[in-house]
Amino acid sequence: MKSVRSMVLVSSDPISMERGAAQVYENLKTEIETLGLSDEISLTMIGDVGRHDALPFVIVYPEATIYGPVKPENAQHLVEEHLYKGRVVPELQASHKELTGKIAWVNARKGTLPAEQRIVLQRVGVIDPENIEEYIINDGYQALGKVLSEMSPRDVIEEVKASGLRGRGGAGFPTGLKWGFVAGTPAKKKYVICNGDESEPGTFKDRLILEGDPHSIIEAMSIAAYAVGANEGFIYIRGEYLLAQERLKKAIKQAYDYGILGEKIFGSEFNFDIHVHSGAGAYICGEETALIESIEGKRGEPRARPPYPTTHGLWGKPTLVNNVETLANIPAILRNGGKWYRSFGTPSSPGTKVYTILGNVNVTGLIEVPMGITLREVIAIYAKGMKNDVSFKVAQTGGSSGSIIPASLQDTPMDFDSFQNAGVSLGSGALLICDENTCVLDLAKVLQNFFKKESCGKCNPCRIGNERAYQILENISQGTGTMQDLDDLAMISKNMYELSNCGLGQTAGSPIRDILNHYRAEVEAHIKLKVCPSGVCPMSGKRL
Amino acid sequence: MTNKNEKDRSISEAVDSAINHFGDNREELIPILNHVNRILGYLPSEALEEISKQLKSSRSQLFSVASFYHMLSTKPRGKHVIQFCESAPCHVVGGREVWQTLKEAVNLEEDETSPDGKWSLITTSCLGLCGVGPVIVIDDDAYGNVTPEQIKDILAKYSD
Repeated sequence: MKSVRSMVLVSSDPISMERGAAQVYENLKTEIETLGLSDEISLTMIGDVGRHDALPFVIVYPEATIYGPVKPENAQHLVEEHLYKGRVVPELQASHKELTGKIAWVNARKGTLPAEQRIVLQRVGVIDPENIEEYIINDGYQALGKVLSEMSPRDVIEEVKASGLRGRGGAGFPTGLKWGFVAGTPAKKKYVICNGDESEPGTFKDRLILEGDPHSIIEAMSIAAYAVGANEGFIYIRGEYLLAQERLKKAIKQAYDYGILGEKIFGSEFNFDIHVHSGAGAYICGEETALIESIEGKRGEPRARPPYPTTHGLWGKPTLVNNVETLANIPAILRNGGKWYRSFGTPSSPGTKVYTILGNVNVTGLIEVPMGITLREVIAIYAKGMKNDVSFKVAQTGGSSGSIIPASLQDTPMDFDSFQNAGVSLGSGALLICDENTCVLDLAKVLQNFFKKESCGKCNPCRIGNERAYQILENISQGTGTMQDLDDLAMISKNMYELSNCGLGQTAGSPIRDILNHYRAEVEAHIKLKVCPSGVCPMSGKRL
Repeated sequence: MTNKNEKDRSISEAVDSAINHFGDNREELIPILNHVNRILGYLPSEALEEISKQLKSSRSQLFSVASFYHMLSTKPRGKHVIQFCESAPCHVVGGREVWQTLKEAVNLEEDETSPDGKWSLITTSCLGLCGVGPVIVIDDDAYGNVTPEQIKDILAKYSD
């Protein structure tokens, strides 16, 4: 996957197909195979490039050269010249007047072939996670040594602030700032908690970090504890992640044996202990105050905030809660400096992001790429295109509390601010990619069902709102919805957002908001025509 | 009568083993409940009674915690518990068809236990195995990339 040096896209909208795009694709494929370039060149069909005279387009990255109109008989020449010898073929290039509208993004990203960049997953799958020595050989515990021997807690926080690292749990809060809040609260006893209650549907990055590189979390927590003045830490791991729990327990024991946890670590005055706490199956415990309640042995119901955990957290003491992926960045930042970290990603969202790629694509899995990559690039390069070449319809980011991303946003850079400006959210980094056979109403129904079941029931807007929203969606999917239902859905979504106590309820209305914004016509077809355009919904005529 | 004694004995053994392992601290309640639930398959009210005595904590509090978390059950469950992941990533890659076949194969609806006590069928939210969806988990064994055709063979492995 890493060795891909060029990416070739062939447009496959109806006009292109009519003009022989499928044959162009086939010929390119054959030619690439003949020259033995299949491993280094990815070839993909892409959908909507907009209306142009010069269709079909063939677009070659990283040069961002746009060829068009390309005929099947041009394929051999194109592959030989451009991909084999590295020479652009000017006579086949699309004229400049064609480069407007949707195709303009290609020019804007000239010269970038987004490659995987591993910081968080650097050691995952490379070292034996059950052997502390392999971690140490691979730069492990170097950052902790440097911090304890050369840096003051204030220096550490300044370095994290300089890196611009933002929380990877979903909200994107600046990590250095949070550390500063906890450090600035005077108290004798403070806690550091690693939030490993990863339960966002479609997200399993934290599990792989915990299972594949457990010592990086121990090192990061120790650094965090030193910086904020804590001497005790908890790793809260969801109950279903048995292997992750086992690995962490083993790693903690090894760290004690090597004097990396316990008293007077590395001969300094710093003491630190870590406990592993298992969850028992509750999505809501990923919310930091619910997680704290759960560690205290209670129902995982979120607390009212403020006060925030940074001042009143575990057992009422100042507590730092960070996500697994956030923490996994820390050792590398302290080892190489905040400036180095800023060389990855975008100015407002530095660093890398781990994404899980799922859904109707050829390759599913986990990637770590710089912030700012686009969805189209993810689908074309890492997912190796849509399965069976059915075109892309909709994506869903960040598990259930992410957003529904319509195809029109697939060229928006994926970083916190660009997504926020587009009115969508990055969430926890799951990319559920769905093709034309997906019904958005059915998708929204599944997401709503998740919130309905996972709502803790403490506050009314979330408990009742989710139940009611699911009922309405169910009715529409049975062909018994009314137009009034759509207004009700909009109101429920708004009320949940404005009135719910915690993040779960506040985001639970986003699937319905998103489908009403982007796919209203499709939803209305269910109501007015009593037809599911994708042929997915049951349409049985029942009404709840 | 002997049956009841035997049941009581196994319950108190499970509770003792949990408390020996985690201590009789109220803060350790969730690990204790997890442990007992694992041994007995669910949390009978006698077990909650016993834990409440040992932790010196009220039964209502214990019950409120036990009923909150999905991995804890206050109702008896079948010998084998089938969990079906109903989250979106599994759903869009064919989960719907798998669920239909699964329900028919064990002749149960969601949250039901078969009369002979062999199967319990429950749905679960994402298990973090989305790369290989659709996913079902039977007891501690996870099955990925499940197709409706495989269901029969998978269930046959649990013939005892």
